[in-house]
Amino acid sequence: MAVRVQPEGFDVGAEIKALTAGRDDVGAIVTFTGTVRGESGGRALRSMALEHYPGMTERELERVEAEALARWPLAASLIVHRIGELLPGDDIVLVVTASAHRQAAFEAAAFLMDYLKTRAPFWKKETGVDGSGGWVDARETDTAAAARWQGGAGV
Amino acid sequence: MKLLYFAWVRERIGRAEEHLDVPSEVTTVADLIGWLTARGPEYAHAFAQPAVIRCAIDQMHVPQTAALGGAREVAFFPPVTGG
Repeated sequence: MAVRVQPEGFDVGAEIKALTAGRDDVGAIVTFTGTVRGESGGRALRSMALEHYPGMTERELERVEAEALARWPLAASLIVHRIGELLPGDDIVLVVTASAHRQAAFEAAAFLMDYLKTRAPFWKKETGVDGSGGWVDARETDTAAAARWQGGAGV
Repeated sequence: MKLLYFAWVRERIGRAEEHLDVPSEVTTVADLIGWLTARGPEYAHAFAQPAVIRCAIDQMHVPQTAALGGAREVAFFPPVTGG
């Protein structure tokens, strides 16, 4: 179980290897990678800046991870979230879940992303190729996605 | 009390953090928003739509009805947009 907040990029293959090295109880590994799109609302993007709340962000990610562990039988999990200036095509976030069977790994990965998006203190600011900028608004669909896990869904 | 501001709340207020002596009659997060709003136009701008503002006390999410109690650190920010 681990969370990291960092400006640097990540290597998905290397992260999986490090997470599962020396284990023989893992039968399923699910990864999700979120990346920066080159457009937003019909506007071409030059870059995206990610701000966070040092300290609280890490603690909130740990709380979200602990909740996933309480709901699903995970052998290992990892959340890596980047901060700072990112370009279209860059990776933003990585979630890895490992379990004996695939259902727990799939569900826990979806849960981690849904909860992370509504609870972890990160804020995105976009800059268009025309120089225009603006903070990204929170999406109702993200709140709805997180709400579907309330009521103790899980294995 | 240490106050922290993030994203457009930080931009509108014009600083990322500050230490303020909050009067004892300010007992909840909503009270604190009201008290800050009266401090100047930059705060009034940041808190113009108080229902949108999210808050954390000592790095835990709380509703605006939460009591400040012995809070050391209070943060104000827009709804989060990570992931």
